[in-house]
Amino acid sequence: MKIPKIKYGKRLTYSDYIYNFFATITGLTIFNIEFAKQVFKPPYEIREIKKHMDELGVKTFGIVSITGLIIGIVLSMQSQPVLQRFGATDFLPAMVSISVVRELGPVITALIFAGRVSSGIGAELGSMRVTEQIDAMEVSAVNPFNYLVVTRVIATTMILPILTIYVIFISLIGTYIAIILNESMTIKYFIDSVISAIEFGDFIPGIGKTFFFGFIVGIVGCYKGFTAEGGTEGVGRASTTAVVLSSLLILIFDMVLVKLSLWLWPTLG
Amino acid sequence: MADTRIVEIKNLTKRFESHTILDNITLDVHRGENLVVFGRSGQGKSVLLKCIIGLMPFDSGKILINNKDISKLTIKELNEIRKNIGFLFQGAALYDSMTVRENLEFPLKKIFPNISQREIDDKVKNTLELVSLEEAIDKMPSELSGGMKKRIGLARSIITDPELMLYDEPTTGLDPITTKEISELIINLQKKLNMTSIAVTHDLICAEIIADRAIFLKDSKIAYEGKLDELTSSSDPFLRNFFSHEIVKE
Repeated sequence: MKIPKIKYGKRLTYSDYIYNFFATITGLTIFNIEFAKQVFKPPYEIREIKKHMDELGVKTFGIVSITGLIIGIVLSMQSQPVLQRFGATDFLPAMVSISVVRELGPVITALIFAGRVSSGIGAELGSMRVTEQIDAMEVSAVNPFNYLVVTRVIATTMILPILTIYVIFISLIGTYIAIILNESMTIKYFIDSVISAIEFGDFIPGIGKTFFFGFIVGIVGCYKGFTAEGGTEGVGRASTTAVVLSSLLILIFDMVLVKLSLWLWPTLG
Repeated sequence: MADTRIVEIKNLTKRFESHTILDNITLDVHRGENLVVFGRSGQGKSVLLKCIIGLMPFDSGKILINNKDISKLTIKELNEIRKNIGFLFQGAALYDSMTVRENLEFPLKKIFPNISQREIDDKVKNTLELVSLEEAIDKMPSELSGGMKKRIGLARSIITDPELMLYDEPTTGLDPITTKEISELIINLQKKLNMTSIAVTHDLICAEIIADRAIFLKDSKIAYEGKLDELTSSSDPFLRNFFSHEIVKE
């Protein structure tokens, strides 16, 4: 696997920036191809995957819980006065749940996850690279790509959908709290409204795209960490560029996947 | 007469872009021998070790380990060769996220997948005894001093009983007393485990303890080769200058 090197330094020219842009795309593509080659090759490091899923879940549990609650509360607080003006506050649970399930839940969870996890993976693998721990693994006849990259990417791909479902649930709790602070609504009415508002066509594309987002977070973090160079400065760079690149790719892929889901499920529009 | 060569390097050339770091290097290392590679910083000493173990591809030439040309091997075949080689990295390269016990267990579990946990426990305990660090078994690498890290790194490299050991600056950054201790530990282990070794260093204390033979890399080539005392007592102005600085430094 020969990955093109990114140019760093204080005196980069415009042509260097253009080179870096294409080198990143090429590098990431090569990394993805290598992942596709390695993912089905034994040994299958199931224990490592479980360990990473545990760690990633615990690492992000607190922050996504708070985020989910705030999404629900803020969305209700913003929408309630507008709906009140039209006497349509009964539609609030349905409106918030559709927004959270289709778009806000998946994208915000993915962005939070990218900030917390992609940077962590970038820093961890980057530090392993510059301190020769990855070389030490290779010397022990272990394929570091399989052991470090494949396991982490599978873990992020599996854990993000679970976290997103959790965030959606928490944000609905937030929504209900915000509603009952201003007016009376029974929990039964709220649950019925939410269930009747969300269709299969809302849920599948919403959660389905988080598999892609989880993959992006894992592969970008690993790519940046695995190719880090230049000592501690390189580790810091791997960490920050992993967040920037994965967040950007999440938003770009979100746009593409929304278009794709509208094509597959025209009733969503 | 039986071929005693464990490593054969023939016309090895390694370049980084336009800069030639190793130029046409030819070198044999015989079974049971302790070879020390000297040279100033940036002369390709560590690169030579990384080429031998297949961590770095080279541009031309051949490296044969136990008569197998490593450039022609598949990764699976290369890994089979690596199972018989230990490598002590300059900074010990201990896995930060693992305890000392897990660091030592890691190569054992990967190289011998069918080994029982009881055998692993015994092996870890015995190897830690060899480096006199039994008490560090449950510590994290961040809790160890520089000298302890080197010892644990050494323990991890020898735990699979390799026949060839590669040392990349085994005593860099250590005080003279710890340097002497680590060097004596290296030579004692080699005698006990009957290993062959190639050590890259510019530390004369370490070299005096472990070297059977020494080579000196200069301008990308092997400039001098011989017994260590031949090199240190040489009338060549460059060698005299290099070793006098080393002696003064220590």
